Amino acid sequence: MAGAASTTVDQITSANQADTHTQGHYTTTGLDNRKIAIWAFIGSECMLFTSLISTYLIYKGRSLVGPYPHEPWTDPATKKVFPAILDIPVTSASTFVLLMSSLAMVLAHNAVVNADKPRTSIWQSSKLWLGLTAFLGAVFLCFQAYEFTSFVHEGLTIRTNLFGSSFFTLTGFHGAHVTAGVLWLLALLAIDFKRGLRPSDALAVDLSALYWHFVDVVWIVIFTLVYLIQ
Amino acid sequence: MANQMQAAKEAAVEAGAGPVAAQQHADAHAGHPTAATYVKIGIFLTVITIAEVWAYYIPELVAAKGVFITLLLVMSAVKFVTVVALYMHLKYDHRIFRAFFIGPFIVAAGTMMGLMFLFGKLAIRLGILN
Repeated sequence: MAGAASTTVDQITSANQADTHTQGHYTTTGLDNRKIAIWAFIGSECMLFTSLISTYLIYKGRSLVGPYPHEPWTDPATKKVFPAILDIPVTSASTFVLLMSSLAMVLAHNAVVNADKPRTSIWQSSKLWLGLTAFLGAVFLCFQAYEFTSFVHEGLTIRTNLFGSSFFTLTGFHGAHVTAGVLWLLALLAIDFKRGLRPSDALAVDLSALYWHFVDVVWIVIFTLVYLIQ
Repeated sequence: MANQMQAAKEAAVEAGAGPVAAQQHADAHAGHPTAATYVKIGIFLTVITIAEVWAYYIPELVAAKGVFITLLLVMSAVKFVTVVALYMHLKYDHRIFRAFFIGPFIVAAGTMMGLMFLFGKLAIRLGILN
């Protein structure tokens, strides 16, 4: 009896190992370890960005010299007038782009989950949505590159004042996360073109989607606290 | 023997140590919104973003600082919760994932409040800092 039970346990273990070699490892919770890991990672990232946002808020309004984010500033030495440096219309456009990339990402995931069902239109293609998400992420990065370049031309660098230091650190970190997300999406897109993503790959897409949505959520907070609140 | 193994495997799954990732993941998606709902959520998020930017360009509203800041924070919080609950599926996922996100979020929010009290505007208002 004990021998039979032991054999069964061995067989279950080997069956589980066969599964897990291709599909990740299960924890005692019955949940996939990769999904637990990404949520733990997102939790830690939450604290990282909170510390950066806190630093920005603490230093807000304490710069001794301009340019300032929301008000114009005249340099006492040169009498040169610096306008308020934040460009809300451009940032609003980039925020919209990032929001739409989140929508494209969730539709990409939806397309992979339903990949085994007969496709009736191009709108159910995971390649389309993954490609669009990566493209919109790249467009967001272009907006950020434009913003950083124009700030430097207008006299604001990371060393100019407290606003510059905290602003470039916060948005720079966020931009680095978006860059990592775009690379991750391009890797998934390459796999999709090579062999096609199937419902069994839904978890892999889900992990990248969680990361991407988190990056979007962080920007929602940054957009309000840094750009809109004066 | 095969039946015995299958039954034991099912029991193991019921006990919470289950394999078969794809099937479980597919099952987990059973109650998720459809593509059309995701599009509606996207439109909702866009409308809130437009409202935020619109509010920024109303001088009377900006002048009423407390109202303006509260309004922006509420709209931002609605967007935040919508994305986390519906796009990140936290509403439908296992409660452990919720704990993994909400736990650090509470710690982070507490840290932010603490830092604002120590070094920020709150400290200035309370006369702790100049």
